[in-house]
Amino acid sequence: MLAYVIRRLIATIPIMALVAIFVFLLLHLSPGDPAVIIAGDFATEAQIQEIRQQLGLNDPLHVQFWNWLMNLFRGDLGTSIYSGLPVSRLILQRVEPTLMLTLCTMVIAVTIAIPLGVVAAWKVGTWVDRVVMTVAVLGFSLPVFVLGYALILGGSVWLGWFPVQGYTSIFTSFTGFLAHITLPALTLGLVYMALIARMTRATMLEVMNEDYVRTAYAKGLSTRTVLVKHALKNAMVPISTTIGLGLALLIGGVVVTESVFAIPGLGRLTVDAVLRTDYPVIQGVILVFSLTYVMLNLLIDLSYVLFDPRIRY
Amino acid sequence: MTEAMTLSAAPPRPVPAGEPVLEVEDLRTYFDTRDGVVKAVDGLSFSLKPGEILGVVGESGCGKSITSLSIMQLVPRPPARFASGAIRFRGRDLLKLGHEEMRRIRGNEISMIFQDPMSSLNPVLTVGDQLTEAVILHQKLGKRAARDRAREMLDLVHIPEPERRLEEYPHQLSGGMRQRVMIAMALGCDPSVLIADEPTTALDVTIQAQILALMEEIRDKLKTAIILITHDLGVVAEMADRVLVMYAGRKVEEADVVELFERPQHPYTRGLMASIPRLTAAEMETAPPRLSEIPGIVPSLNALPPGCTFADRCPHVQDHCRRGYPPLEPKRPGHVAACWESHRLPEWQP
Amino acid sequence: MVDRTTAAATETKIQDPPWHRRLVESLGDLREALRRNPTMLFGLVVLGVMAVAAFGAPYFGLPDPMRQAPIERLRDPSAENWFGTDMYGRDLFSRVLHGGQISLMVGLSVAFLATVIGLAIGLVAGFNRRVDAIVMRFMDALMSIPAILLAIALVALWGSSVPNVILALTIPEVPRVVRLVRSVVLMLRDQVFVQAAIACGTSTARILVRHIMPNTIPPLIVQATYICAQAVIFEAYLSFVGAGTPPEVPSWGNIMAEGRRFFFQNFGMILYPGVFLAITVFAINTFGDGLRDSLDPRMQRRV
Repeated sequence: MLAYVIRRLIATIPIMALVAIFVFLLLHLSPGDPAVIIAGDFATEAQIQEIRQQLGLNDPLHVQFWNWLMNLFRGDLGTSIYSGLPVSRLILQRVEPTLMLTLCTMVIAVTIAIPLGVVAAWKVGTWVDRVVMTVAVLGFSLPVFVLGYALILGGSVWLGWFPVQGYTSIFTSFTGFLAHITLPALTLGLVYMALIARMTRATMLEVMNEDYVRTAYAKGLSTRTVLVKHALKNAMVPISTTIGLGLALLIGGVVVTESVFAIPGLGRLTVDAVLRTDYPVIQGVILVFSLTYVMLNLLIDLSYVLFDPRIRY
Repeated sequence: MTEAMTLSAAPPRPVPAGEPVLEVEDLRTYFDTRDGVVKAVDGLSFSLKPGEILGVVGESGCGKSITSLSIMQLVPRPPARFASGAIRFRGRDLLKLGHEEMRRIRGNEISMIFQDPMSSLNPVLTVGDQLTEAVILHQKLGKRAARDRAREMLDLVHIPEPERRLEEYPHQLSGGMRQRVMIAMALGCDPSVLIADEPTTALDVTIQAQILALMEEIRDKLKTAIILITHDLGVVAEMADRVLVMYAGRKVEEADVVELFERPQHPYTRGLMASIPRLTAAEMETAPPRLSEIPGIVPSLNALPPGCTFADRCPHVQDHCRRGYPPLEPKRPGHVAACWESHRLPEWQP
Repeated sequence: MVDRTTAAATETKIQDPPWHRRLVESLGDLREALRRNPTMLFGLVVLGVMAVAAFGAPYFGLPDPMRQAPIERLRDPSAENWFGTDMYGRDLFSRVLHGGQISLMVGLSVAFLATVIGLAIGLVAGFNRRVDAIVMRFMDALMSIPAILLAIALVALWGSSVPNVILALTIPEVPRVVRLVRSVVLMLRDQVFVQAAIACGTSTARILVRHIMPNTIPPLIVQATYICAQAVIFEAYLSFVGAGTPPEVPSWGNIMAEGRRFFFQNFGMILYPGVFLAITVFAINTFGDGLRDSLDPRMQRRV
């Protein structure tokens, strides 16, 4: 098992290296002079020179890459052009809200979506199935921010149940945290829920045709036991794969959701950086998100052991 | 006959000797499909006595499996429906039972083993888990007692090191071992009827013999009545007390095993018998018997011809055979068949 | 050695009808599928209505979507302005209809580009092991960057323009198409008819185009509908975070982005384009699902 984990970790190194090269090249793939783009339309020649100096753009490309990579290994993601602060510090300051929002969303989405998918598969072809699946497709189709603003209007403005926007740290006030996180987590969770529910239904439908499900019924077990104990456990591997891959959607949604709810997280940091073409920050955020995404999916691969005894690492 | 019933913790359920434990009467299982009504089982009747092995034979698609699934009420409804009939188990009509009542019978008083032990065991649950499930449910045993019972059952089906096997997963067992586990699972609650649907088809020939021997041993020990569904007349000849031949959803012949093999009254039965290759034991190993020598195929069950359903394939067919379906009538003592021409069939030469 | 005559015989035997004829046949199948699958028909009809509304908008005699009228700003819906007006007093109904042009164009272009590029790369990767090893590493890396982040970064760098948005949304979708095509190629490569063609000395390019590519088309079309739906949403996301199409062009994303600051006063600026967008994407998804169901032989058997 440990050997396998190490092997898998080593296998992610070339991928992460390629991601790093991509991210580095982002700045250099641009059609024009990166310094001019970053400086903006109203920059003086002196300002452009300063940026060029600051980013080391006067060095040959390979030297730039080497320096950048070495800095990366030291945890130095560069310096924000806008605020002059280290990117790593900016990111660390913003991690908590994003992490909490993502976790809450995952928990909510998984606990709602899997039962929904199971029920839809059980009642396949009936109106229950049709309603669940239509809502799921709708979930795919609704832009996150439309739902977000609708929830703010409904839940905060009209009903007054939730604060309109903002964020309270879980370490400051738990109830305040809950009040602030509920609407964003619901907003962000809809797409994710739709994805997981659809996958759950499809996999369950396949599993329910298996012979061992018939065996389970032949034992006189109740439908519930057959579905949950016999079928769902077999369906968990494809479902958890979807949970992992869907994180990419979730990360995309975070950027938008944080803007809608004015949550000071990494997504907000990204949007601000985009508006100010603060390229070191954009690079840093992409790197951090990608690394997290790859690691979480590795973790999910390893979790297959829990669901399927035939898998041995 | 009743002393063997005390083997399990279940209360003895006395069945008077000779009284049938299961009676199927005029069972019709129809499937409503887009292409019309498929009459998978059409007016089938038979009965089963305690400790009896009833062989049900026929080609694939003749309604054998649907019959067994109908008894268990595991046919998906819809598209299936029971157009008529009764399945009386100890005097209660299973077709009239509610969902919950039927669940209490399934796996408890009537259980079933399936063709493919590879796919019929749940790959992600331990053998112990799957063995104890039914006894915990039906006999209200505790975890500990259920485990003891499971070990006992593995012993009964001659699985060595039962304690270790309980912790293992199906993929860690061989094919024959898995079918033994399936049998142990089915016997856990000491059922009075065991339905075995092609229990040996998916197994190697040598393992087949072992599994069949095991089933006979169990019948002798526990007096379980067994419905043995197979397309293999060799298996039937060896195991069954009585044989029921099915064709196109209907019973075409039924008799004691010796009587049937000596004086088959239906051309279809004769066709099946003629297609058993007479080989030496060594040849049997490499080429298990296949039934393929009756010309033609089973007619599609949603468009049956008006007369005898076997007419198109029958070597003895007469014009009047196509006019009406022959009644099932006694041809000899304890021997029924559905054929207009049985009295004119030539003497059977085995 | 393969005997010449048998080789020729095999060659004629494995000769499939030309792929364009098969495409026509599958279009016939599509008609049949539409008849059997009413939700798919629904998707297609809604999509058609949206397209007519968007591209016909200039001819409906609506107010100019760019005409500003500061006195009439942030009006509620009325007989004159069905969806009300935005913060410059522009007619929202007209803007929403016109906005569909950009969204649909972006969606279709991204789906088309991603499919074509992915198809080309996937075919080559699937057939050449050495290329495969390199390309797939590359694709894995590309896929480990969340799609929207990559697109945002690209537009932020390249600048706001419709072609840039299309390209930025296409790049993250390519790896998924490559994977799909490659899996079909790998599956087919070992099949008898392909092996026979190889044995007969048919050129690789010919095998790819004649024997393998046609088999990738049906799953690709399904995939393309999903990419199209995704791209329409992502275009809105990009505009929303300020890395989308130029703000002067009315697109659903831009109208909603402008509505952010005014959503307490006039939620319509988010609601109407949002609903139009949702209906469009829903229709594309429904159509895609129907297409998938009718192409998936397993699903057919279940019906």
